[in-house]
Amino acid sequence: MLRIIRERLRQRFRTISFPRGAPPALPARFRGLPRIDQSRFVHGVDEVIASCPTGALSRDAKGALTLDLGRCIFCGECARMAPQGAITFTSDYRLAVRTREHLVLSEGELRHAVELGGKLRRQLGRSLKLRQVSAGGCNGCEADANVLTTIGWDMGRFGIQFVASPRHADGLLVTGPVTRNMLLALRKTYEAVPAPKIVIASGACAISGGLYRGFAETCNGVTELLPVDLFVPGCPPHPLTLLDGLLRLIGRIGEKDPLPSITPSGEETTREL
Amino acid sequence: MAPTNAALLANGAAVPVGHIPVFPWKTFRSWLLSSVSDGAEIASFFARPEKGFTLTAVCADPGTGNLQAASTRVEDAWDSLTPECEAVHLFEREMAEQYNMTPNGHPWLKPVRFQPPMDGSRPGRATPEIGDTRFFSIEGDEVHEVAVGPVHAGVIEPGHFRFQCNGETVLHLEISLGYQHRGVERALIGGPDVRSVHFAETLAGDTTIGHATAYCEAIEALASIAVPPRAQAIRAIALELERLANHIGDLGALAGDVGFLPTSSWCGRIRGDILSMTALVCGSRFGRGLVRPGGVAYDLDEMAIGELHERLSSVARDAGGACGLLWSAPSVLARFEGTGALAAATARRLGMTGPAARACAIERDVRRDFPTGFWRFSQLAVSSGRTGDVFARAYVRWLEAQRSFAFLEEQIAALPRGETLASARKPARNALAVSLVEGWRGMICHCAVTGAQGAFTRYKIVDPSFRNWMGLAMAMRGEPISDFPLCNKSFNLSYCGHDL
Repeated sequence: MLRIIRERLRQRFRTISFPRGAPPALPARFRGLPRIDQSRFVHGVDEVIASCPTGALSRDAKGALTLDLGRCIFCGECARMAPQGAITFTSDYRLAVRTREHLVLSEGELRHAVELGGKLRRQLGRSLKLRQVSAGGCNGCEADANVLTTIGWDMGRFGIQFVASPRHADGLLVTGPVTRNMLLALRKTYEAVPAPKIVIASGACAISGGLYRGFAETCNGVTELLPVDLFVPGCPPHPLTLLDGLLRLIGRIGEKDPLPSITPSGEETTREL
Repeated sequence: MAPTNAALLANGAAVPVGHIPVFPWKTFRSWLLSSVSDGAEIASFFARPEKGFTLTAVCADPGTGNLQAASTRVEDAWDSLTPECEAVHLFEREMAEQYNMTPNGHPWLKPVRFQPPMDGSRPGRATPEIGDTRFFSIEGDEVHEVAVGPVHAGVIEPGHFRFQCNGETVLHLEISLGYQHRGVERALIGGPDVRSVHFAETLAGDTTIGHATAYCEAIEALASIAVPPRAQAIRAIALELERLANHIGDLGALAGDVGFLPTSSWCGRIRGDILSMTALVCGSRFGRGLVRPGGVAYDLDEMAIGELHERLSSVARDAGGACGLLWSAPSVLARFEGTGALAAATARRLGMTGPAARACAIERDVRRDFPTGFWRFSQLAVSSGRTGDVFARAYVRWLEAQRSFAFLEEQIAALPRGETLASARKPARNALAVSLVEGWRGMICHCAVTGAQGAFTRYKIVDPSFRNWMGLAMAMRGEPISDFPLCNKSFNLSYCGHDL
């Protein structure tokens, strides 16, 4: 017993103070919100588009490059291929949005997720109970969602919890491209959640199918199957990105909150792979 | 004259497909059976649609460090080897499912993943509905059945478990998977292309470095690319960080499963601290984007090395303090010891791998037995246990974690100088490459076969979980069903790694 207490003192209290305090430091090479500078593209747009493993890049009607955060796996390949500074991954971890269209980036600002409205918000009160369903997820998204329950992040502080049964849940947090083999189980789990209910798609696979888009074995994510209330991009999303999205959804972070300082990702590698 | 000798290969090497002998069935059968009885592991055993169907097996002999490969040809059926060699049971089921063939006399011929047939499969088989199979059942007045999943209570991947119980006691557990099947092997055919390495990185997300390294070593073997020593060292550092994060995280989860909350709480956080060290190297907590054909995409500068070193010593101290409590707490030991014991003979027969096998005194480790890359320069002691129970599986992982800490301590400070990425080249045509990597769950095996254009005509992946799921089922026999979560966590196998 004494040993346990001694060790407890040594391990100290280390829960992050975010969002009251500053967010935890992200590594210099962290690849967050990409920024596109159209003026730097003199040539080579097609090569950059072809370099994307998930087809996240395309041209819009005016010929400008657009990036679909719902498909992006944040590998950084496009930034390496593009002219210097044309595509930069920044340290901005705030990526969650409320509608699918908001994930398609051109040059403007990302429209961050806003609080749930109406009856649903009132009914939730100060808590959000989620049932997690992995439907073909590789265990990356699952593991970094689970991390929020550890004492480092302690998501329970905000009344957010992963629960064991859909009957106890206010909604689903779906990960993975939704394999054909999980379609029925996902549908049944959704039906078992009492209404009104929400759906959160976490990770490129759940939003669009990601790398597994267009496969006969998958359903291109949950977006076309269920009404999604929150999209959290990433492969997998950083725990901070997911937490930020969840807190915005329940109104614990809003547009008035101070902005984190944003820097370009410290990626030195410009060599071709 | 028919060939009598299998082709000799090395880990991370390629041979022309033509050099792999095609044995008549009888010769193939006796070669495979005698290799296994002489102590070799079946690293891979797969079919491809070529001249009927070509079945190729790769045997890995830890005694000599050699790999041997041989093939045979079948039309649509063969006499199952499973009755004589249980280690092939799942490989045979997999081939039967992927190409609609029949291993005659297979005692447990059920779907593996409920997947659609592979290209080139024999026609005539519809894809079965997931979970639609004849489950093993036991009848009796006191016998009842418990079905769990695919969706489980925790934040975890899906799978279906069926227990046949007599009261509390589990007589038999049947594990039926396939819910995570995404079709990765099918998607890799025709590669390598811009997606291939990303498929490898997401085969099992918690083993990103392990699978990406296996993929890259296969490509490097096919294209004769020499990886610079500094890149090999960074890969080895990332592989050990991956092992540490998973081992420490799982020790915490095991503590949680027996209600020992101090270790459970701290290890969850420490695991995150280790993932952040990987993110320091490459920006991703899981090591996405780091390992690339030819080396690594990110170098470490002096500042990063200093930072890694500093964090390593504080994480090692925290982990030592948190995990050390487990081995002296009577409430933990009482639950760990004797729970889910697996006999060494069973583990050996099933061809199990990794910490679960080493916990049964099967002292095998790819890093020592078939070293490639950095492991050729760094000797590693293999950690093992004797009792094959939850305690042994947990303790082996703690021993391995300590050795990983020591390895990192030594290597981070002494990185070789030089380049980190060799230039890309085209893979050889009509060649076969085998690469083995000791992932944190055990031996990962990738086999790449190229055709006349140098593109993959078959890419076979064997995740360690594929070899170990049956071990979990066996470990549960005679155990109380309430011990399943603890037992399951002590193996912590991958669903998507199995389902592909």
